[in-house]
Amino acid sequence: MTIDPTMTTAATTLAAQSTPTLVHAVWLIPALPIAAFVVLVACGRRLGEPFAGWLAVVGMAGAFVASVLTWIGLKQMPGDERAFEQNLFTWIGAGTFHVDLGFLVDPLSVTMSLFVTFVATIIFIYSIGYMKGDPDFSKFFVYLSFFAFSMLILVNGSSLLVTFLGWEGVGAASWFLIGFWFQDDANASAGKKAFITNRVGDWGFLVAMFFTFLAFGTFNYTEIFANVGPVASTTISAIVIFLFLGAIGKSAQLPLYLWLPDAMAGPTPVSALMHAATMVTAGVYLLVRVNPLIAASDPWVGTTIAIVGALTALFAATVAIAQRDIKKVLAYSTVSQLGYMVMAVGSGAYVAGIFHMVTHAFFKALLFLGAGAVIRGMNSEQDMTWYGKLWKFFPITGATFIVAWLAIAGIPPFSGFWSKGDILGMAWHKSPILWAIGALTALLTAYYMTREVVLVFFGQRRWTELEPTAVDADTADAHAEHPTVDANGNPLPTGPGAPHHVEHGAPVQPTEAPAVMTIPLVVLAVGATVLGILNLPFGDRFAVLEHWLEPSVHLGESTWHIPAATEWGLEIAVVVLSVIGIAGAYFVYQRLTTTRDEQLRYEPEILMNSWYYDLGISAFMGGPVRRASHWLATTFEWVVIDGAVVGTARLLSAGADRTRRVQTGHVRNYALGLTAGAALLLLFVLYRASF
Amino acid sequence: MLLATETVNFPLLSALVILPAIGAGVVALIPSRRAATARNVGVLFSLGTLALVVYLVIQFQIHPEFASGGANALDHANGFQFIDRVVWLKQWGISWHLGVDGISLWLVALTALLVPIALLGAPVKSDPKSFAGWILLLEFGCLGGFLALDLFVFFVMFELVLAPMYFLIVGWGGPDRRPAAMKFFLYTMFGSAFMLVAMIALVVLNSHSTGHTTFDLIALANSPGVANTTARWLFLGFAIAFAVKMPLFPLHTWLPDTYTEAPTAGSIIVAGVMAKLGAYGFLRFGVYLFPEAADYFGPLMVTLGVIGILYGAVMAAMQKDLKRVVAYSSVAHLGFIALGVFAITKISITGAVVQMVNHGIIIAALFLLVWFIETRRGTRLFTGLGGMQKKAPVLAGLFILFTFASIGLPGLNGFVGEFMIMVGSFATRRWWAVVAASGVILAAVYLLWAFQQTFHGTPDPDEAVEHDLKFSEVAILAPLVVLIFLIGLYPRPVLDRIEPSVQNLQSHVEKRIGVQHEAPPGAVRVSHQTSDDTSKGEEHR
Repeated sequence: MTIDPTMTTAATTLAAQSTPTLVHAVWLIPALPIAAFVVLVACGRRLGEPFAGWLAVVGMAGAFVASVLTWIGLKQMPGDERAFEQNLFTWIGAGTFHVDLGFLVDPLSVTMSLFVTFVATIIFIYSIGYMKGDPDFSKFFVYLSFFAFSMLILVNGSSLLVTFLGWEGVGAASWFLIGFWFQDDANASAGKKAFITNRVGDWGFLVAMFFTFLAFGTFNYTEIFANVGPVASTTISAIVIFLFLGAIGKSAQLPLYLWLPDAMAGPTPVSALMHAATMVTAGVYLLVRVNPLIAASDPWVGTTIAIVGALTALFAATVAIAQRDIKKVLAYSTVSQLGYMVMAVGSGAYVAGIFHMVTHAFFKALLFLGAGAVIRGMNSEQDMTWYGKLWKFFPITGATFIVAWLAIAGIPPFSGFWSKGDILGMAWHKSPILWAIGALTALLTAYYMTREVVLVFFGQRRWTELEPTAVDADTADAHAEHPTVDANGNPLPTGPGAPHHVEHGAPVQPTEAPAVMTIPLVVLAVGATVLGILNLPFGDRFAVLEHWLEPSVHLGESTWHIPAATEWGLEIAVVVLSVIGIAGAYFVYQRLTTTRDEQLRYEPEILMNSWYYDLGISAFMGGPVRRASHWLATTFEWVVIDGAVVGTARLLSAGADRTRRVQTGHVRNYALGLTAGAALLLLFVLYRASF
Repeated sequence: MLLATETVNFPLLSALVILPAIGAGVVALIPSRRAATARNVGVLFSLGTLALVVYLVIQFQIHPEFASGGANALDHANGFQFIDRVVWLKQWGISWHLGVDGISLWLVALTALLVPIALLGAPVKSDPKSFAGWILLLEFGCLGGFLALDLFVFFVMFELVLAPMYFLIVGWGGPDRRPAAMKFFLYTMFGSAFMLVAMIALVVLNSHSTGHTTFDLIALANSPGVANTTARWLFLGFAIAFAVKMPLFPLHTWLPDTYTEAPTAGSIIVAGVMAKLGAYGFLRFGVYLFPEAADYFGPLMVTLGVIGILYGAVMAAMQKDLKRVVAYSSVAHLGFIALGVFAITKISITGAVVQMVNHGIIIAALFLLVWFIETRRGTRLFTGLGGMQKKAPVLAGLFILFTFASIGLPGLNGFVGEFMIMVGSFATRRWWAVVAASGVILAAVYLLWAFQQTFHGTPDPDEAVEHDLKFSEVAILAPLVVLIFLIGLYPRPVLDRIEPSVQNLQSHVEKRIGVQHEAPPGAVRVSHQTSDDTSKGEEHR
C-alpha cells in the first residue's frame, strides 16, 4: 500500500551486506521479553506457579543472549564505525513529520542492554522464590516482562521518540508494579505518585522534543548529532535543559526524587529492578545518549546538571542516615548514587557515569535482594530496629550483603571504589567544590551503609525468637512464618511476600532464603566484587570501558586526563573518609547504643523526615492547591462561568420573560418542530433528488 | 466552472447519509409491541451504514490528483471525492452537495462505527424502539454534517442533531435529565442562531459583490467577495456555534450535565461524534472559509483551547462521579484539538483530525466501561465504588488500557494525535504548546485517581458478587481495543489519507492570506532570540 516499508527493507538489506549479521539481532532484545509478556497475558494463569515465572526468565535470558550476540556483532565492526541502525517500520509519518520505529546499536546502547538484561534475568529468577504463593504470581511476571521490554526499547531506540515510547512504558509498568498489592491504598497511592512525578519530568522531555523538531526537523539521534553545528547554542541549551528535567523525574533527582522512596511499596524484586537496572538509570542514560548536545550547549548547562547531581547526592545521603526501614535506606542511597552519576554527566565524565551505573546496578540489586531475603525471613518486618545479630541466621545473605556494603562504601578492590573514584576525579577537574560534596557524600554513604549492616546483622538482638515448640516440625520450612490465612482462617488477599500488617516485636523464626534466591545473590556478589576491572586507572591498557564507549561519547567526553599523582591523592582521601564513616557508624551502633531509644539520639528527626520536603509538598498539594481547585470546580465554574454565559444569553435574548416562557415546556415543542421541519426537508430533498 | 455535476455514479455519500434516516423511518413504522424487533432492525441499519462506510474507506483515493475517478467522482481542484451534487433551490444557490476528503473521511468512519457500538453496548429497557429511532436520526444528522459541502445543508444537519439528542436525554436520561436536556438545547440553539445570521450575511454579502448567490462551501471559500474585517465578524458568528458544540472554554458548562445525564448510548454519540461536528466545523467552516479571520483570532482560540486543557483537567480531578470525570476529561482533550486547528500548521491540523477520531474512540470506550461499572455496582459515585479489580480483572484491565490511551501513552492512539498537535503548534504558537504539554501531567492525575477510587483498595465484603465482563461486553469493546493499538502503533493508513487534504487546506490558507504561514521544520535551525545566531546559521548553510 505504501512505498516506504519496502524502501526500509531495501535499506536494511543493503546495510546487511556491509555490517556483520549478528548486530541484526538487536530487535530480539526487546522482542523476547514482549513475547514472554504476550504469552503470559494469554495463558499465564494456566501456566501457573512456577512455570509462568520461568517463562519470563527464559524471555529475559534470551534478551541477554541477544544482547551478547549484538555485542559480538558490533565488535566485529571497525572501532570508529561502530553504529548500526535498524528500522522496523515507519511509526508516525505525515509529510515532513517522519518517525521510524527503529533501533540504534552502538557501544553505549549495547553496554546498557548487556547489564540491564543480565541483572534483570537474575532478579527474575530471584522473584520466582520471593513471590512464591502469591495469588497473582503470573501477573507479577506479566508486569516484570513489560517493564524490562520498555526499558530495552528506551535503551535501544534510534530516536528521541522511540526512547520516549520506552520511557513512558517504564513509567506505566512502574505504576503497575509499585501498586502491585493495591488492596492496601498506600501501595496504590505510591504507584500513582511515581507515575505522576515521572510525568512532570515527561513534560520536560516533550518540550525538549518540540525544540528538537523545530531545530532539526527530526528526532533521530544520528541525524541530530550530525547537524549540531549550525544550530544556535541557546536552542541546544533549551533542548538539554528540558531533557534534563525529564532525567530529573526518571532518575529521581532533586526536586523530583519524591517518588523513589515511596516506590519501595512494591514487592522487593521490583525495587531491585527499578533501582538497579531499569527505570532510574534511564535519565542518566538519556543524558549520556545526547552527550553531543550537552557538549554543544552553553557552559552553564553542564554546570547546572553537575550541581543538581551533587546536591542530590549529598541530600539523599543525609536522609539515609536516619531511616529505619531497611529498604528506605537503600532507596535514599539510590537517589544519592544517581546524584553521583548525574554529577559525572554534568562534568563531562560520561564513561565514569556509565561505569558507576553498571557497578551500582550490581551492588544495589544485591542490596535490595538481600534486604528482601531478610524481610522474608523475618516475617515481613522491615524496621531494622527490630533486627540485630542476624548474621548466623542468614549466612549467605549476610555474606553477600557485606560484599555489596564494601562495594557501595568505596572500599578497594570492590567495584564501587573504582567507579566512584573515576567520577570524583572528573568532578575535581570541573570544580573542587563538586569533589568536596562528593567526598562528603562518600563519608555519609559509608556511615549509613555500615549502620544498616550493623543494625541488621550485628549489634544486639532486638527481636524474640519463636519458641521451637511453637513451630510445627513440617511447617518449619522456608515459609513457616508467612501466614497465608488470617486469624479466622480466611485466605489473605495477597501472598506471603506482601507486607501484611506487621506486629513489631512478635516472636519470629529467622530463616535463610531458598537456593532460587541465594544463588542470584552470589552471582551479583561476584559482579559487585570484580566489575572494577571494566575500567581500571592503571593506564590506557586497562581503560577498557573508556575505549569501548569512545565512539558513543567522543563528541562530549571531557578530554581531561587526570594526573596520576592527583588521582591517587584524591582516591586515598576518599578511602580515608569512607573508613572514617565506617568507623563512626560501627562505633555508634555496635558500641555506643544498645536500645532503640539510644539509637534515636543519633537519628535527627529532620533527617528522618527528609528535611520535611515531602511533607511540605504534600501539605501544599493537599492544602492551598486542593482548596483552589475546589473553589474552581464549585464557585468559579458554576457561579462565574455558567452565570456569565447564561446571563449574557439572557441579556441578548429578546427579554427575560420570553426566555422564561421558553424554559417552561416550550422547548419540547421547538424540538418537535425542528424534527418535523427536518423530516419535511428530507422528503423534499429526496423528491428533488429522484427526478 | 469549479464543479462538474456528477450523476452517472452511484451516489454513495447520499446513500450512506440517508440510510440511517430510512432506518429511523422503518423503525418508527414497526408496531410498539414488537420493540425488540424494532431495535434489531435499527442495529441492522446502523451496520448497513457501517458497511457502506467501509466500502467508502476502501475506495477512497489517497492521492486524488493522480486518480482517474472510476466509481469515484473527484473534485481535483479542492481534493474532495465522491462528489454528489443535486441542485436544489436554484435561485438561492442551494444544492444537496456532499463530498468527502481525508479530514471528513475518518469522522464519518468514526460515526458509523460508534452508532452500532452504542446501540449494542448500552441497550435501554424502556421503549427500545423509539430509542433506536432517535439514535439513527442522530446518525443521519452527524453524517450529513460531516459530508455537507453546502452551508445550508450543513446548517440543517447541524441543527437536526439537537432534537434527537434532546429526546434521548429526556426519555432515557438520569435523574436530573430535564434541566440537563433543557440547558443543552438552549445553549446549542443559542450558538446556532449566531451561525445562521453569519451564514446568511456571508451569502448576501458575497452575492452583492460577485452577483452570484450561492451557499456552496467551495465556491464561497474561493470567492474574494467579503472584506477581511467583515469576514472576521462572520467568522465569530460561526465560531460561537462551534465553540458551544465542541465545547470550548468558557462555553462548556452544558457539557458535564448533558454528558452525565444522557443515557450511555447518548453520551457516546454526543461526546464521541457530535462534539466533533464543532471541531470539524472549525476546520471546514472556520479555517477553510475564513482563513484570514482564523489566523487573526488564532491567539484567542488557542488560548481558550489551552485554558480548556488545564481547566478541564482540574475540573475532572474534583468530581465525585466517575462519569463526570470522563465528561470533564473531554473538555481537556478537545482543548488540544482547538490548539491544533488554530495553530494552522500542517502537522498540528493533521494531529487535530487524528485526535478527533482518537477522542471519539477513547471516550466511547470509557463511557461504556462506566456503564458496565454502574450496572454492576449500582452507582457511579466514588463513595460507593472501590476494590473492583480483584473481582473484575478484565473490566479493570480494559479500563486501565483506555485510561492510558486517554492520557497519551505512546504506543496507544491518544499519543499520536496529541503529540502531532503539540509539535506542530510549537512552530507557530510556541508557549501555548509548552503549556498544553503540561496537560499530560494533569490527565494522569485525574484518571489514575479515578481508577484508584474505583478499582483499588479492599473489596467490600458486603457487596453482592460482582461479575466480570461478559463475553458479549468484551466483544463490543474489541473493535475499539484493536483501534487504539492500530492507530497507536501504525497510524500510517490513517495519516496518509488525512495528510493530502490538510496539505490542500494549508495551501488554500496560504494562498488566501498571501504569506507562507509555516516555516518548514528543520529550516529554522536557529533560535529566534538572537540575531547573531541567525547570521551564524546562514553562514553555515
